[in-house]
Amino acid sequence: MILSLLPGFKTFKALHHDHSHSRPHVHEEHPAGGTETRKSGTREIKVVRRVLDANDIMARQNRKLFEEKNVFVLNMMSSPGSGKTTVLEKTLTHVMPDIRSAVIVGDICTTNDADRLAVSGAPVVQINTDEFGGDCHLAAHVIEKALDGIDLDAVDLLIIENIGNLVCPAEFDIGEDTRVVVLSVTEGEDKPAKYPLMFRECEAALLNKIDLLPYLDYDRQAALGFIHQVHPGMPIFEISAKTEEGFEHWLDWLKSKVSGKVGLHR
Amino acid sequence: MHEMGVAMQIIEIATASIPKNMALARVERVNLKVGKLSAIVSDSLRFCFEIAAKDSPLEGAELKIDEIPVVAHCNDCGFQWTIEAPVFTCQKCTSGSIELLSGRELDIDSIEIAEDEN
Repeated sequence: MILSLLPGFKTFKALHHDHSHSRPHVHEEHPAGGTETRKSGTREIKVVRRVLDANDIMARQNRKLFEEKNVFVLNMMSSPGSGKTTVLEKTLTHVMPDIRSAVIVGDICTTNDADRLAVSGAPVVQINTDEFGGDCHLAAHVIEKALDGIDLDAVDLLIIENIGNLVCPAEFDIGEDTRVVVLSVTEGEDKPAKYPLMFRECEAALLNKIDLLPYLDYDRQAALGFIHQVHPGMPIFEISAKTEEGFEHWLDWLKSKVSGKVGLHR
Repeated sequence: MHEMGVAMQIIEIATASIPKNMALARVERVNLKVGKLSAIVSDSLRFCFEIAAKDSPLEGAELKIDEIPVVAHCNDCGFQWTIEAPVFTCQKCTSGSIELLSGRELDIDSIEIAEDEN
């Protein structure tokens, strides 16, 4: 069953701006000594609030609901084309029916991913952000609206397939229990060094498409090195979603995380 | 990144911070703290802010961005240093057990309101 959901949250007119993945090395001028001087003729009012406050509040609300309903929530992130959807297709066939699962899929447009995942029999809700200006990440309030389409009483594991983007999703707490990042061997070994926030924010990494290694000049040691340089000790599961090589370790990890929170059904 | 959404949030929070007795005030400057590990592009943010601030109490306000360095503390040897490259192991003892003391901020620190508007 797929519901194509239309969250009705406040939108802004989409402004086409460059999604630059490189950070310009801009240094703001400070008065010497680091003390700020306010403009003359003005009164300074301290605010001291996180800009993403509203998102954090909603994320806490989501988290509380997931606690009450005893649902383990996995937020899966990656760049586009790393194989997230295939990893999830295969994962669902293995964890169900023992672990009752549901999926929320985020894409800017199309329901292609949801269509593929629905084959597993899990309830799937597709969010398309293009109707709202094409948001490049899933935010907490969008997840909250998507939950209208899922009976959480009948779910142990909720997987959120985030929008393919290694930059923005890492900034947005959506109420999840854990985050994993999927990286493929067809991407550069130094990806983690380019996106340190994403690799530090995630608990584990899946290195996918290892079935292609014989056809690539991939430096596996360098890739693992870069991941651990950015996130020392990060668990890395080297897998092929296609052949399911290495899958058992990923599944064991996931099952133990889920049962740690909700207990496994016989 | 999605600087327009961030700009709109800044305007909402800053507007809500204007004291009730200064309801017609003009905000001259918004002081932001943005950590270097936060994926914000300052120029894009300023551009979006300028557009989003039109017809709000923040129209024409300057967006001052204080870029906060990524400062790390080693849980094993206590060393503290500023991270410049994407290497998150202790510079002194190479331990991977570190804590980030700063660098993840995306905060509105304060707003400055023109006094002559009172």
